[in-house]
Amino acid sequence: MSDAVKSGQAPLYVAAPKRRFRPRLTLALDTFAAWTLAIVWIAPLLFAVWAAFHSTSDAVNFNLAGAWTLDNFRTAWDGAPWMRYFLNTFLLVTVVLAGQLVVTTLAGYAFAQFQFPGRDVLFIIVLLQLFILPEVLIVENYAMVSRLGMFDTVFGIGTPYWASAFGIFLMRQAFKSVPKELDEAARIEGCSWFGVLWRVYVPSAKPTYLAYALVSVSTHWNNFLWPLIVTNSETTRPLTVGLSLFGAPESGVNISVISAATIMSIAPLLIAFLLFQRQFVQAFLRAGIK
Amino acid sequence: MNDLARYERRRRIMYGWMLLSPALILLSLFAFIPSAMTFWSSLFSRGTRRNPSEFVGAGNYDLLFADPTFAKVVVNNLIYAGVTIPVSIIIALAMALWANSKIPARGFVRTAFFTPTILPMIAAANIWLFFYTPGLGVLDQIGALFGFGSVNWLGRPETALWAVIIVTIWKEAGFFMIFYLAALQTIPPDLKEAADIEGASRWTYTRRIVLPLLMPTTIFVAVNALINSVKLIDHLFILTKGGPSDASKLVLYYIWELAFSYFDRPQAAALTVMVLVVLGITAAIKFIILDRRTHYQ
Repeated sequence: MSDAVKSGQAPLYVAAPKRRFRPRLTLALDTFAAWTLAIVWIAPLLFAVWAAFHSTSDAVNFNLAGAWTLDNFRTAWDGAPWMRYFLNTFLLVTVVLAGQLVVTTLAGYAFAQFQFPGRDVLFIIVLLQLFILPEVLIVENYAMVSRLGMFDTVFGIGTPYWASAFGIFLMRQAFKSVPKELDEAARIEGCSWFGVLWRVYVPSAKPTYLAYALVSVSTHWNNFLWPLIVTNSETTRPLTVGLSLFGAPESGVNISVISAATIMSIAPLLIAFLLFQRQFVQAFLRAGIK
Repeated sequence: MNDLARYERRRRIMYGWMLLSPALILLSLFAFIPSAMTFWSSLFSRGTRRNPSEFVGAGNYDLLFADPTFAKVVVNNLIYAGVTIPVSIIIALAMALWANSKIPARGFVRTAFFTPTILPMIAAANIWLFFYTPGLGVLDQIGALFGFGSVNWLGRPETALWAVIIVTIWKEAGFFMIFYLAALQTIPPDLKEAADIEGASRWTYTRRIVLPLLMPTTIFVAVNALINSVKLIDHLFILTKGGPSDASKLVLYYIWELAFSYFDRPQAAALTVMVLVVLGITAAIKFIILDRRTHYQ
């Protein structure tokens, strides 16, 4: 481009000759630095994967020639009711997501398409919740969940996340971009408000739903502190809490077995991520920027 | 006609509130009432069998300010925030600039940066435990190659907080990268061409053109990093449990400990109120000052 400009017009400015060599050197340096950082960044995870498949003595001595083994996974699997934990986590993310989709869709629709007094004040109040982190209110939310009789149930863990301010905000943005004409056309066809929501708004917000679902599932698959507080038994405890109990120093489990348990519990989400990386990244972006 | 319009209007109001009611009820139950209750219970003393709980006003706050652990966790959290926020932002920016440049194996580089983001904090802590364990851990083994002695990274007050900070940065930098990456891709290529024609160096181009254009992203990322510095404490449960002697204890962990280990709900409530105030001020700054300069809707 700059050459074209220079040849086309009288050269106002002639670049110093060394500039021609610089791009290649810069690229080499960039590549080196980026690869180094990338390797440093992924190394802990790769190392944990490698260690999970080797005996403890091979793992701590970096014996790269050591034999691969599944023993750690066997030991880990027998050490805790993982199947139950997987099921609990699966139920938890399902309950959270289902509740969130209903509540945020209805509220987002109201904020986007209904004019009524007090709406804008309400919206600001909802946004406040973005900063009243559920994590900070653990003490009183624990009291509330116990009062409602939901202690140690999947609903006890999930319900406090249903009215996600963030989700309401996302849905409102998505619904706002739906043309009014579509809405009116559907009404003239005789659709009720619910019909309009279901046939016009929900389908047009599909990418937002997908993004929100991915973010919600990965957040709640990984959530720890709140489930730790409101669960008390094997039958509700999600994977993260189970994993923390399993790896506790008091339980005297060795480090290769902890690695195996860790890899096991992150595997579903990790594999999903590696397969659908683009969708995941897009989802986080769509959910974040707005 | 007028009647019909009024009827229609009333119907809309009714539907609006009806649609909002599930969200409002849930928000009240799990955000607003608990916030108010937290404030309320922070004003009462801890009830025991002999001494029933009574109104003490600012008493719990006085107790907190006299509590050396409180001072310690606040300082720790300030260090935690003061280090993780800028370092994560700088690393995220560097990652984004590289992940956006035309280097070979760019896909691998992006994946490597982003993957820690999707791991649970507990898993990240387990993975890093391998690095920090004295004697056996990877860091010690690397250190031994260079003739350093064994260091108990997690067991020494001087290093425990830093070990925790490193895990947090590892976890969040890749997440922030994607926002920078998205922002970088919206910068029109003409700007780069114009800068080249003017003979601007890469550094000048980055500093004078790219960084100012990334400012809204930086603000967004900084607010998120600030929130993370309050809520990302899961790894403490695995790595240090706040120790040794409170050296790595953070505010939210202390709230949990006060409430669920020491069963001192009023103290926990007083501390929670202070965190809510700080978050509230952050929210006010963000909504009132920062959002006025960036445009969306």
